[in-house]
Amino acid sequence: MTTVTKPKSRFARFWDSDFAYNFRRSPVAMVSFAIVAILVISSMFAPLFATMNPFNPANLDLLNGFTPPGTPNDFTGERFLMGTDDQGRDVYSTILYGMRVSLFVGFAAVMLGMVIGVTMGLISGYFGGWTDTIIMRVADVQLTFPSILVAMLIFGVAKGFTPVEYRDQLAIWVLILAIGLSDWVQFARVVRGATLVERNKEYVQAARLMGRGAFPILFRHILPNVLSPVLVIATISLALAIIAEATLSFLGVGAPSTQPSLGTLIRIGQGYLFSGEWWILFFPSVTLLALALSVNMLGDWLRDALNPKLR
Amino acid sequence: MLSYIIRRVFQSVLVLLIVGLVAFAMFTFIGDPIDNMLGQERTQEDVERLRERLGLDQPFVVQYVKFIISAAQGNFGVSYEQGRPVADILAERAPATLELAAVSGLFALSLGIVLGVFTAIRRNGFAANLIMGTSLIGVSLPTFLIGILLIYVFSVELDWLPSFGRGETVQIGGWTTGFLTGSGLRALILPAITLGLYQMTLIMRLVRSEMLEVLRQDYVRFARARGLSERAVTFRHALKNTMVPVITVTGLQLGSIIAFAIITETVFQWPGVGLLFINAVQFVDIPVMAAYLMLISLMFVAINLAVDLLYVAIDPRLRT
Repeated sequence: MTTVTKPKSRFARFWDSDFAYNFRRSPVAMVSFAIVAILVISSMFAPLFATMNPFNPANLDLLNGFTPPGTPNDFTGERFLMGTDDQGRDVYSTILYGMRVSLFVGFAAVMLGMVIGVTMGLISGYFGGWTDTIIMRVADVQLTFPSILVAMLIFGVAKGFTPVEYRDQLAIWVLILAIGLSDWVQFARVVRGATLVERNKEYVQAARLMGRGAFPILFRHILPNVLSPVLVIATISLALAIIAEATLSFLGVGAPSTQPSLGTLIRIGQGYLFSGEWWILFFPSVTLLALALSVNMLGDWLRDALNPKLR
Repeated sequence: MLSYIIRRVFQSVLVLLIVGLVAFAMFTFIGDPIDNMLGQERTQEDVERLRERLGLDQPFVVQYVKFIISAAQGNFGVSYEQGRPVADILAERAPATLELAAVSGLFALSLGIVLGVFTAIRRNGFAANLIMGTSLIGVSLPTFLIGILLIYVFSVELDWLPSFGRGETVQIGGWTTGFLTGSGLRALILPAITLGLYQMTLIMRLVRSEMLEVLRQDYVRFARARGLSERAVTFRHALKNTMVPVITVTGLQLGSIIAFAIITETVFQWPGVGLLFINAVQFVDIPVMAAYLMLISLMFVAINLAVDLLYVAIDPRLRT
């Protein structure tokens, strides 16, 4: 008699894992995850959730301008959940579209920083010598400057190099470049440290004996073994990148007003601080705060969950 | 020891030269200065003559060396936007930023130490926990939101403090100060708190953890056994030994206060160097951007070098 045990499904195996158990035991992680999920999904499918496309002038009615949240407009009688701005745009819809820009820039910048940082870290740790010295010197120098300042400088320089007529269109990409280049150092340092350890392990020596080249060894063999700290840094970097993007846009050196992010919306809303239209400023700020805080908390939790040594 | 110092100084100079190269590349590759200086009615000869007079026909390296030399003499060219020498504009704006940075640094240091000591000696008290909890939120708030929040509470709702500018200033030589007038002092409060809040929480947490460490040590217990008052134990014996790391961190944070002043100055329309820089980025005013870039890197490199050398002076283990 043999009992046939049914192989567990992928999901069940994941559900039983330490990682998922940890997640189920942590209310902070679950709440943050829920908030992040809601915000990401609602901004990804912004056209479905939004009441209007706020950047299509055909949808706007100037009579709707400055409608307070929840109360009907004096002229048109329309109601808006979070009120409207000076041009009659629904603030709720602009937030969804704005968050889209914020999240896109944040994700793309972290991706860029991660690719550069991981590659540099692998090369630096594996080859050592002069390559290592140069890469790490550059990293040290960059680390002495606050990353927001580095991002601002890169943005300024890149803006100078782009032709005037494309500046608004390219602003988003310049922003990604600036934030991405300003945070590769964290990735490079951690990956370099991990690579130094992995480099001397037997599986790497075996691969070398088999005659594999340096780059296949780096990316096929070593990379998968140094990835877990990278994931943690990426999550924390995401929160920082979102705040950095918002800060740059708030300062007027980020997303243009034709394609506003949450930071741009806060910048616009600040103009109405004294005239009483608080909702134009309040709702984007709260959204930014919720987004940054929950991503940050998720990152903290992930760090503890993936690194049992710290517990 | 000597070779370490020489190596560090050499590295610092190298960094400054590279930053200078970036700044110089901005000048060389963004736009043609000849276009900016000559009008529509120009002949090819005018262009050639001006090119020769400005030294633009010389090799890249020669131009770069000249650029570095004139920058070292404080000559950063003329602002595209304002048409005045950049050095003059910077000298005019610097007092505002330096006063703001000094006041917020002082705020961060004094309140940070006081709250740090308080939360350490009442570690389980309600007030201490409240302060620690609030500080966590304070750290995750972006600087500009803190500024807006303060403006909303103290300028819009309560109408106690001004929300922008420096108030009345007094001119003393080449220095404009807001310290001597009532409105100048009132205008300083909100920006200084906004700028110093992050550093304050940082110092508070540092002092707290250092104090908790020190209070466990034997000499503190002996001081108590000798019958010294709690106040004397805390401030005379324990606090003194927490100061070394606090001083280093404060030193390193000095640079970021100046850097983050960009954000605070924009929120409060504070007429300092940071606001100047942001406007320069918006208008692509290359000479101002380049000058700011070089000045701020000089400052950061100098601070880092000083801290490194101080370490060597303080810690004998590094002198090998």
